[in-house]
Amino acid sequence: MGIISRGFGGRRRESVPGLPPGQYLTHDFPVLSAGPTPRIPLDRWRFTVTTETGDKTSWNWTEFQALPAEDVTVDIHCVTKWSKLGSTWRGVSLDTLLADVESAADYTMVHSFGGYTTNVPMEDLLDGKAWVAYKFDGEDLEPEHGGPARLLIPHLYFWKSAKWVNGIQLMPEDEPGFWEAAGYHMYGDPWREQRYQGD
Amino acid sequence: MTQPGETGAALDGNAMAGDLREIFAVDVTAARYMCAGCTHTDAVATLMVWQHSPGLVARCPHCSDVVLRVVRAPDRVYLDLRGSVRLEVPLEGS
Amino acid sequence: MLDVPDWPGHLPGQHVDVRLTAEDGYRAQRSYSIASAWPHPEGKVELTVQRLDDGEVSPYLTDTVEAGDRIELRGPVGGWFVWRDQQPAPVLLIGGGSGVVPLMAMVRARAMAGTKQPFRLIYSVRTPEDLLYADELRRRVRDDAGLDVHYVYTRKTPDNWPAPPKRIDVAALNTYGWPPDFAPDCFVCGPTTFVETAADILVALGHDPRRIRTERFGGTS
Repeated sequence: MGIISRGFGGRRRESVPGLPPGQYLTHDFPVLSAGPTPRIPLDRWRFTVTTETGDKTSWNWTEFQALPAEDVTVDIHCVTKWSKLGSTWRGVSLDTLLADVESAADYTMVHSFGGYTTNVPMEDLLDGKAWVAYKFDGEDLEPEHGGPARLLIPHLYFWKSAKWVNGIQLMPEDEPGFWEAAGYHMYGDPWREQRYQGD
Repeated sequence: MTQPGETGAALDGNAMAGDLREIFAVDVTAARYMCAGCTHTDAVATLMVWQHSPGLVARCPHCSDVVLRVVRAPDRVYLDLRGSVRLEVPLEGS
Repeated sequence: MLDVPDWPGHLPGQHVDVRLTAEDGYRAQRSYSIASAWPHPEGKVELTVQRLDDGEVSPYLTDTVEAGDRIELRGPVGGWFVWRDQQPAPVLLIGGGSGVVPLMAMVRARAMAGTKQPFRLIYSVRTPEDLLYADELRRRVRDDAGLDVHYVYTRKTPDNWPAPPKRIDVAALNTYGWPPDFAPDCFVCGPTTFVETAADILVALGHDPRRIRTERFGGTS
């Protein structure tokens, strides 16, 4: 174990009631990235749902913008221990995007421009729990934060809310994505502090 | 905060030396990797490293594919090497 | 300056990871290059820490830590960006800002070993007030035979400096570096954009990329 560094406080950390275990409150919006930030022109943006049988449903940006959108205010929890409360987003519910998709799959792999992936059980995408969000705090989503559009799945650690999202592959079996393959938890529930494999 | 360069990477493989030293008996940053994506080979120290992330992500400067990932849990270190076909480790004194 | 019990010694260019732990268990870790050579006359290890006002670790190390405090270190680490005094080639050191720190360890190690490889240091810095080791470098240029230092000022030059402020460029490396024919070992350290610029220029001038070693500083806090 480390020695205590006399007089070291570190960044001011607020532990407020109501946060998941081990989390601290932040008021800004830290940028985390695992690679170069892709810049995706809207005329080349596409979002595709692929079923376990290979059927594809896809939307270009114009078609996507024409879908009914929702404004949501949610708390987000990053596995690097910051939490941000009351963040406001606008996006299309996954209930809308998956409504006409024929599938019996229980699992999904979320894909992004730039190659990032993360796995999410199907039931966690449905019933008003997940969105493809394209506005944050009333503004178009910045590329650093995942724009043009990112997944928003606030009840799981934020690495599941894939930036630059461009598709969802439906799968009969669970498989690990980018961070899950490198030691992070397959599910990632912040309230059960499922940070790493075995937690 | 870091100032990302044109590549977007804040740092290079030298920054991984401490974490890798805890896993290996030799200094891995001086080893040569071969990228699984493009077969480019160079010292691990020359990889582009993103550290503002849930783990360290090291990408090939030639093709930007991920060559290795290091995730630190409180009591474990995970090293994912699937992006590397080979590591060539120089032995001291030879 | 740190007294490190059981310090195994280090090569110039290596760094240490400093780990700080708050009372509540919160931890922060940063890497710092070692500025001193080894062996050191008093058995100490010297780190040069640039204080960043909005930083988390550097203000603690520069303002709060007092003589006698204990600090957790991991290292020395990094065996690639190092100079060994048995390397016979001439050496070209190119440092931007606090990137000069590991290069200074190489300059000091050369003097300590008493070896004769010719060294050239090109040191890019914003203003004369930002120079690290200014007095020591002046003294060493006088006393260490075969060491040359050239300064590049990017924001403000000293009075009577022959050139306006400028960034490091082809002319500076061509004029004050070694010709590629000498096959020097090149060490480049500094912020990412600085390192990429300098390394690209070296390659364009005809230096063998295998003889160019780089270390990017992230400006960590």
